[in-house]
Amino acid sequence: MHSLTNLGQRPINHNEFKMSRKLLLKHIDVPGIRSFEVYRQKGGYNAVEKALKEMSSEEVVEQVKTSGLRGRGGAGFPTGLKWSFLAKPEGVPRYLVCNADESEPGTFKDRYLMTHIPHILIEGMIVSSYALGAKTSFIYVRGEMMPQIKILENAIAEAKAAGFLGKNILGTGYDLEIYVQPGGGAYICGEETALLESLEGNRGNPRIKPPFPAVAGLYNCPTVVNNVESIAATVDVINGGGEEYSKVGIGRSTGTKLISASGNINKPGVYEIELGLPVEEFIYSDEYCGGIAGGKQLKAVVAGGSSVPILPANLILKTAEGNPRLMSYESLSEGGFESGTMLGSGGFIVFDEDQCIVRNTLNYTQFYHHESCGQCSPCREGTGWMERVLEKIENGQGSQEHIDMLVEIAGNIEGKTICPLGDAAAWPVASAIRHFREEFEWHVNNPELAIKQNFGIGPYADPLVPVTK
Amino acid sequence: MLNIKENQQQEFSEELLKKFAEIVSRYPEGKQKSALLPLMHLVQAERGWMSTESMDQIAAYLNLEPIEVYEVATFYTMFHLQPVGKYVLDVCKTGPCCLVGAEDLMRHIEDTLGVKAGEVTDDGLFTWRKVECIAACGGGPVLQIGPEYTYYENLTKEKVDALINELRTKANKS
Repeated sequence: MHSLTNLGQRPINHNEFKMSRKLLLKHIDVPGIRSFEVYRQKGGYNAVEKALKEMSSEEVVEQVKTSGLRGRGGAGFPTGLKWSFLAKPEGVPRYLVCNADESEPGTFKDRYLMTHIPHILIEGMIVSSYALGAKTSFIYVRGEMMPQIKILENAIAEAKAAGFLGKNILGTGYDLEIYVQPGGGAYICGEETALLESLEGNRGNPRIKPPFPAVAGLYNCPTVVNNVESIAATVDVINGGGEEYSKVGIGRSTGTKLISASGNINKPGVYEIELGLPVEEFIYSDEYCGGIAGGKQLKAVVAGGSSVPILPANLILKTAEGNPRLMSYESLSEGGFESGTMLGSGGFIVFDEDQCIVRNTLNYTQFYHHESCGQCSPCREGTGWMERVLEKIENGQGSQEHIDMLVEIAGNIEGKTICPLGDAAAWPVASAIRHFREEFEWHVNNPELAIKQNFGIGPYADPLVPVTK
Repeated sequence: MLNIKENQQQEFSEELLKKFAEIVSRYPEGKQKSALLPLMHLVQAERGWMSTESMDQIAAYLNLEPIEVYEVATFYTMFHLQPVGKYVLDVCKTGPCCLVGAEDLMRHIEDTLGVKAGEVTDDGLFTWRKVECIAACGGGPVLQIGPEYTYYENLTKEKVDALINELRTKANKS
């Protein structure tokens, strides 16, 4: 590993970076891959043939367990284990619901996958539905993604015409219908029980758990809700076997992950990485983000969608122990919330030296205030309260007490709500103050200046500055 | 918000009713309420907004109480409970887009159209709204226009001007 000095100005030597392995986006550049015909020519739907003709549903579940595949929506819960919790009472239908409500700020990988390779999701849906014994499955797509809904409906019609959906698929006796359901515009519907409420035609209010959807989900029947990318990943798990899949990646972070890269970088976009890729390589290599735009310095990164703790440049590139930070569930969370963050949904938001952390924190808080469903008072009231306090600080009317007040409110939301939206609203505020308190205090102490200009980079971008614990 | 009346009661077209029936058939017997959001999208696409009359008609079709439709319509951001412009520009206002210029762009749109977010231009052609993240952060700043919800990415002031002019021309021709 090369030295971390002069980051952002140093030319990158590409030979020191290994090519990452592609699984989901292997055929992304093939012309016409959106169509059934081309997708099939490239080996598409082989996993359906293999699973339905050669494997029992239990064997499919077992392979997914062996693969170590973890939920790609944000929580990182092992997919195979989630499947094994599904209750199977006699005579009661079971459902697979795909969560395509992608709404976490900074995350746009599912939309990308559905736009360009819709059939990998349909293929994964068939394999996964077979494993779970579902005869009807739904893909719940956020309503704003009408273009993607049309693409998916077309893909389903193509697959059906080719005999991969409908009655008696490939003569195996297995029946399956897949329907695409539009949402109506609500971040909260990405929470699985809110999604089920919405799918039943209700307001998206999360349910109290237990019972978990695996026991009482859609229409009170056993239900599995999985993210688009998790379902698509089962195709490779079945094609190559769980054992092979588990060899990709690092430790308990097996496989590849789609990372949505946005913000002040040269090459925003969706990248498939092998888990374990160094964060520094992801940011500075031309294969991925291509460095900070305009030759500026890196100030901070939100690595897993807006909900996860923001980290200053030094802590995102290296852990508090001084080890290179890797793109994996474990490495990104190393140091806990004191000095670490989370892989989350893989929404990788990059901030350059000119970005204001207070303004950004206010923006995120406005988001969570707007998206709170209103069921739990800590979230409903707390998000609005934090927004008003942050507005004061940003507009030069803040005080030291306001900064402490934010920490206190965030602490009183976290862990005290039915669903994780409360945590998601609290973490960005708490972490911004934890790592950028100096910038908040500067706003309070220099109110007139703070309206006119930004704090700048402070000592944060210098990886040589020792991390304070 | 909910007391605006349409001038005359419209019936659902045959074509729309055919689509409704197909959608309702996707769900188990007695679970037709699941069709609510899909039906509301279809009605709004045809009528431009979601009036109380439209909601009442949908409620009647799905055998629901009107309140069951109102409470859903008011929860989700995509339904226009008041008349809007022919073209609704939904501009993303969330963090990642703001890192790459969304705030400037929104000021430009406000100046260009001469109305605040949520308002309708005098000619009835445009409404623009500030919306939360629409999952296109890599192409920010971004906006989308219903009822197709086409995405317009990597926007600049020039691109927005061109888009607005194009829509004006299109509207004047039709």
